Amino acid sequence: MKQSVSSEQELAEAVAAAAGPLRIRGGGTRDIGRPVVGEVLSVAGLSGVDLYEPGALTLVARAGTPLAEIDALLAGEGQRLAFEPMDHRVLLGTGGEPTIGGAVAANVSGPRRVQAGAARDFALGARFVDGRGRVLKNGGRVMKNVTGYDLVKLLAGSWGTLGVLTEVSLKVQAVPETEATLVARGLGLAEGVAALARALGSPWDISGTVHLEVGEASETRVRIEGSEMSVRYRAGALAGAGFAGWEVVEGVASAVLWREVRDVAPFAGDGRVIWRLSVKPSDAPVISAALTAAGLVHRGIYDWGGGLMWLALEDGGDDAGEGLIRGQIAAHGGHAMLVRASEALRGRIAVFQPQPAPVAALMRGLKQKFDPRGILNPGLMMSEHDKAAG
Amino acid sequence: MQMPEPEADILAGKARIVARLREVLPNGAVIDDPVALKVYECDGLSAYRCPPMCAVLPGSTEEVSAVMRVCHEAGVPVVPRGSGTSLSGGALPTADSVILGVARMNRVLETDYDNRFIRVEAGRTNLSVTGAVEADGFFYAPDPSSQLACAIAGNIAMNSGGAHCLKYGVTTNNLMGVTVVMADGEVIELGGAHLDAGGLDLLGLICGSEGQLGVVTEATLRILAKPEGARPVLIGFDSNEVAGACVSDIIRAGILPVAIEFMDRVVIRAAEAHAHPGYPDCEALLIIEVEGSEAEIDHQLGRIIEIARHHEPVALRESASAEESAKIWKGRKTAFGAMGRINDYMCLDGTIPVSELPLVLRRIGEMGEGYGLTVGNVFHAGDGNMHPLILFDANKPGDLEKAEALGADILTLCVEVGGCLTGEHGVGVEKRDIMRAQYSDDDLAIQMDVKDVFDPAWVLNPAKVFPLDASAPRRLAK
Ligand SMILES: Cc1cc2nc3c(=O)[nH]c(=O)nc-3n(C[C@H](O)[C@H](O)[C@H](O)COP(=O)(O)OP(=O)(O)OC[C@H]3O[C@@H](n4cnc5c(N)ncnc54)[C@H](O)[C@@H]3O)c2cc1C
Repeated sequence: MKQSVSSEQELAEAVAAAAGPLRIRGGGTRDIGRPVVGEVLSVAGLSGVDLYEPGALTLVARAGTPLAEIDALLAGEGQRLAFEPMDHRVLLGTGGEPTIGGAVAANVSGPRRVQAGAARDFALGARFVDGRGRVLKNGGRVMKNVTGYDLVKLLAGSWGTLGVLTEVSLKVQAVPETEATLVARGLGLAEGVAALARALGSPWDISGTVHLEVGEASETRVRIEGSEMSVRYRAGALAGAGFAGWEVVEGVASAVLWREVRDVAPFAGDGRVIWRLSVKPSDAPVISAALTAAGLVHRGIYDWGGGLMWLALEDGGDDAGEGLIRGQIAAHGGHAMLVRASEALRGRIAVFQPQPAPVAALMRGLKQKFDPRGILNPGLMMSEHDKAAG
Repeated sequence: MQMPEPEADILAGKARIVARLREVLPNGAVIDDPVALKVYECDGLSAYRCPPMCAVLPGSTEEVSAVMRVCHEAGVPVVPRGSGTSLSGGALPTADSVILGVARMNRVLETDYDNRFIRVEAGRTNLSVTGAVEADGFFYAPDPSSQLACAIAGNIAMNSGGAHCLKYGVTTNNLMGVTVVMADGEVIELGGAHLDAGGLDLLGLICGSEGQLGVVTEATLRILAKPEGARPVLIGFDSNEVAGACVSDIIRAGILPVAIEFMDRVVIRAAEAHAHPGYPDCEALLIIEVEGSEAEIDHQLGRIIEIARHHEPVALRESASAEESAKIWKGRKTAFGAMGRINDYMCLDGTIPVSELPLVLRRIGEMGEGYGLTVGNVFHAGDGNMHPLILFDANKPGDLEKAEALGADILTLCVEVGGCLTGEHGVGVEKRDIMRAQYSDDDLAIQMDVKDVFDPAWVLNPAKVFPLDASAPRRLAK
């Protein structure tokens, strides 16, 4: 069964009238999380940009608006979404059209996260329908707003479990004149991550830092964006500060490199289990080495200076490598998410990082308030295991 | 402004509570001497004052936890306090409350340049965070004007901003993790040296929660490498409209200065008389600062000046030296103080869409005239965060009430044009009772539901943020 709605009011009525669990769907491209059993409720019908003020860097769009439409509109004014949301279709092999509501609800942020911030940092306001079918709002459409609690941050990354987003306000960014990428090949992971840390610790406003170990030789990339003269200046400055000998890739060719990183494209098109770890960047080489030593063979894309580890497992075994990977998280901090795996595995293994009991209790408490009947994407983020704990 | 009546049985039990607090804290950490308590009877919104029952100054997360256990058990309200510079009465006590000050907790716990963060105790002042890393070429970006005094604890509670937030974001965009003592004394950690949350973003919820969800005792903050240089340009216009249009054109052109500050004639004159920064006498003044290498700065300022020239500025001065830059900024940074020398003032903090600047500035002028009060404007123009300063005479009967009424009208206008009541100072007690101008009862109820989850007994800073009548059933149900 599938319900589609074309207005916020209809959506609120559908939620209020729901007799059982609902699977909230935007474009359906981000099939992530514990599989949810329930009736599909699509917000794709809530589409359209309500307001766009290029001179104020603000955009207000209904949640079901396709990202492609927003990208095109912004590009027309020389602007863009700074948080560079990943297109999950590439990695997950899903169909459909990614929507802005989905990108915000999943807090999807790309390589520029290290410099500009995450989706949640650009979300200024939201309208949403809670589990009782009430239409609520929080935040607004201005860049600075501390009026009451910041529920927008809470909703960003709540994967539709607390409320169904109907409209989001975003801060947008001017597209810089040009970009360039410095590339080195054959560095080891520890060496690569150390080089990225040097770049990020420089005054030259680096907007992308990744180390890839996907094929034979590794590749390490550093991105600079800005005006022609500024990009040239900073590329030169980096060369004089330990990055001599790195190849410089400019303009469109540089953009192609980062689209590949954004979409984790090198891991597309096969059935390997994919984990996504967020860690302290300098821990990435340590964690990878420990996993290898324990026999968990993997390839990796280390974005965010190493802090975002995408691991493709050759063979994770029965638990898809969970025991070893979460063991590393327990030792070093951070969190790990099982992004790509069969439904069966995602039903059995906690997809999202299980939280310590007092924190899990707060999350359950919030869920209870926002969705007392437990009908919005139930179980997607919290497994039965989490529910039992604490 | 009204505060809830202090609870008689709490007041009656004062001696016992003070004794219990003395048992769990070291010598000297509990203050109940009426003279010593004077320091804690107000914050930066000094029009409202009330001494607390007592104040405690714990020295560690464990001691904060012990305090919370005692107060939670006894049902005593706790008002967390950093440096007490809040401009919205966020740290204002009630007579039956305990002030929990974190000022003694000011150590740096860890600095990590490879991973670009610093971990500090929450009582550390904002400026001294940068102070701890600047010799190594780093800085902490959010820079409230009060940065010499205000604490990271208060910055997190208010999600504070500053002049340079146009480029670097406000506190929430630079906060990576916190240690929080919950209302019942339990200690939790959120976030850390990694980015983003593994579950729901509770860190984002804590930031800006005005001391109502938990007591922040430690924080992991993002630090950045200092740019090679920075330089401002000063541009004067003969109307606010034109200055506003210039701001919009600069942003549209894709230039992202670190700061765009705006002052109107009232403030320009006050600043000039006070700090002598050499400002031109005009209707509106912009200070625009850019960063980078010398060549990058020249390039960006060149583009900004080109755009400004289209708007026929009456004055245009590019700083040529560090000294000149400091002078340009001095006038802006001391503008509040300069206004304070003219008269008492009330500082508002609404944000509006940048496109509405001309209209709102004109309406503020007209509304001020209607009340017979002068209003000066100095604010962060790049992001629309206004700071109308209403001048009044606290010694003149009725003047404060008039200023309050004008303030409420101005903030309502901010909301009407698509903005909000407060951009960086917080709701506190000051804007508590006009929250309905921005939010429906349901919008407020879901926020109070969040407080119910974190602090079911409403022990933490209970009389703030929400209209008193709206929070009453929950506060009294405990
Ligand atoms: C001259 C002047 C200029 C200012 N300029 C700016 C500016 O440019 N930008 C800006 O954003 N603000 C500005 N402010 C306002 C104020 O400085 C900020 O709100 C600041 O963050 C408050 O910090 P504080 O340590 O003084 O907090 P306090 O005033 O002590 O407390 C503020 C709030 O934080 C809560 N709190 C304090 N400690 C904790 C804790 N440990 N855990 C949980 N909650 C806690 C309190 O309960 C209260 O609600 C200015 C104030 C003044 C007086």
